[in-house]
Amino acid sequence: MQLSRREVLRLGLGAAATGLLAGCALDTTGAPGSRGSDGLVFYSTQLATTEEAEAVRRQILAGFPREVQFAGDSSATKMFDRVRADARAGSSSIALLGALHGEFATLAKEGLLRDMTDVVEQLGDRGFTRQYLDLARIDGRYAFVPWISASYIMAARREALQFLPAGADLQALTYTQLLDWTRAIQLATGSPRFGLPAGENGLLKRFLQGYAYPSFTGGVNTTFASADAAAMWEWLRAIWGTANPQSVTYGFMQEPLLSGEVWVAWDHAVRLVDALQTRPDDIVSFPAPTGPRGLGYLPVLGGLSIPKAVADPQPSIELIRHLTDPARVSTTLRTVAWFPPQDLAAIPGGLPPGVGQEAETLQRMVGTPGAVASSLAVGLGGQSGTYDKVFTDAFRSIVLDGGDVRGVLATQAAALQGVLDSAQAACWAPDPVGEGVCRVG
Amino acid sequence: MAEAVTEAPVVAAERRGGPQRWLPYLLLAPSVAYLLIFFASPMIQAFGLAFTSTTGEWGLGSIRAMLGDDRFWPAVWTTVILLVVLLPLQFALAMAMSMVITSRLRGSGLWLYVFLLPLGVSELGAGILWYSIFVEQGWLNTVLQSLGLIDRPVIWLDYREPWRVIGTIVVAEAWRSTSLIVIILVGGLRAIPRDYLEAADVFHAGPWQRMRHVVLPMMRPTIRTALIVRTVLAFEVFATVIALGGTGTDVLATQANRAYTEYQDAHLASAYGLVILLVSLVAVGIILVALPTRKERGE
Repeated sequence: MQLSRREVLRLGLGAAATGLLAGCALDTTGAPGSRGSDGLVFYSTQLATTEEAEAVRRQILAGFPREVQFAGDSSATKMFDRVRADARAGSSSIALLGALHGEFATLAKEGLLRDMTDVVEQLGDRGFTRQYLDLARIDGRYAFVPWISASYIMAARREALQFLPAGADLQALTYTQLLDWTRAIQLATGSPRFGLPAGENGLLKRFLQGYAYPSFTGGVNTTFASADAAAMWEWLRAIWGTANPQSVTYGFMQEPLLSGEVWVAWDHAVRLVDALQTRPDDIVSFPAPTGPRGLGYLPVLGGLSIPKAVADPQPSIELIRHLTDPARVSTTLRTVAWFPPQDLAAIPGGLPPGVGQEAETLQRMVGTPGAVASSLAVGLGGQSGTYDKVFTDAFRSIVLDGGDVRGVLATQAAALQGVLDSAQAACWAPDPVGEGVCRVG
Repeated sequence: MAEAVTEAPVVAAERRGGPQRWLPYLLLAPSVAYLLIFFASPMIQAFGLAFTSTTGEWGLGSIRAMLGDDRFWPAVWTTVILLVVLLPLQFALAMAMSMVITSRLRGSGLWLYVFLLPLGVSELGAGILWYSIFVEQGWLNTVLQSLGLIDRPVIWLDYREPWRVIGTIVVAEAWRSTSLIVIILVGGLRAIPRDYLEAADVFHAGPWQRMRHVVLPMMRPTIRTALIVRTVLAFEVFATVIALGGTGTDVLATQANRAYTEYQDAHLASAYGLVILLVSLVAVGIILVALPTRKERGE
């Protein structure tokens, strides 16, 4: 058979394309989160933004003797699916997991995590705070090693401070004073300048669960539809009237603070730090306000754990040792601004200005008399997303759509009870911790 | 020559009897396998998920949860509105752009590359780009203020003004995806035999008559394909809506994404996927009926 030059060329290109496609299909070593020839896969729902992931790869993991592939994806659902799939397959493609306390609680409940008690004991010299060690203990054993911590605080541009109500102390505001303040700013500037992260990736749900509800009602689930809760929603509706309507698009409040679209904001400390670092003289941080039942706040704890399906946990334990080393903890604080789960005084090298300001604010907030520490939802398993939906749906119906507070709360209370019943979840702080399914009040 | 003509079908028939008979099926097999593995199988799984509960029981729980969600009907209406506004707008734009590309004007070929540039931008990238334009301290307000057209920045992305937000999404989507229709239409325009256009010139047809009686009828199959592709993609519009509308504006695709990533409910997400599939099928059906080919019309 004689082939023309053009046919030969076509065959060559076809063969090359086939080889390429076959290579793509078969070689998965480059895919995020898969195991390379010798690499360990560190899969994390935290530090998942592009900048954070780069800092992890280039600086935080630097110096570890083995190759590590860091795969950051903020979707807890995807992480659960992968760990479950690995467990079913009987071997784990993930060597180390980085996730939040509540996410680990879900995996621990399903028996998918290795008992980390021996690792926590080996790392006794790290000086983990007792409060965080207690959070890491699930069902009597350590489900993870404390790794990073944070909380949610407030920040404001300096030009907003002139409108503070008479007698108000920025470091000890009440929710009423905050509303008066944002109203005064709106009156003076003609623009709504308060901001909440109510966008797709925003953490408004945590404001409701960890700040507004505990501060106004002293609880969350047990006081969900109470008279105090109705008062909280009325307050929220009022302050939303002073909020920039673009808040429904805000994920991180640092950008609108820097651009001036928002003058006063609440958000996760890590999502404010760029504003404080970039313009430490123009932007100030301060604690969340105090409500009728105290200052509700939500500590955030991220940890490290090893899936049960990992055959040889020793390299993963070495990686945990590396990540919790004081030098790495210092690098983590400087590069991604997550706080360590240890005393800050023990961290070598001092703190950058913005991070230092946040650290002071956090310490002040935690030390406020009447501070009420909440816990992230515990024991909800796969229902944690549906649990959050109850709060965001209530926000949408009451605040965005102007629905009747009592009516919406009654409807959503039934939905909330359904979630708790389905997960058979007991109450958690700040609700009275007890046995049996938590009852919505 | 006559012998060759009569022999050819005989040879072909003989060939079909041997192993050659299976050759077409063999050549089709990779495509069929690909479609079965990557399209049919996930679709069947999605059907299964939509009609089962988290405990694996069959039922309509997820469908009821979706229909009972306050955000379901607003999402349906916004999706339909976007489609109704976008489709004619993009089609008119794409037609004009295609005419520019296929015209014999000097440098007209260059426009092909200019018009196709947005195709290289991801949907999310386009969303972020247009967000930076429409946001309060964005480029649009800066330009309008510097021209003295507005005194203070306008909040374009104000959820209390849904038509304004939908307008921004339409602009972003028109910019991002019109070029896809352009590619299809340019192909159709170039396939029109020159004889027809020259015949129209002979009969002194004006530009509008040429367009109405020659170009559009000849391009009917191409237009149909373009409309089907754009309609199906319009139901999947997602990242631009999230970037510009945030949580204040919902479409079916954002609801499906939220159900899976935020509420961690694959069953609810599949129920939304099912609705998107059904609505797409209905829309495609309408297009197929409204624009039959000459063969389908019995011509």
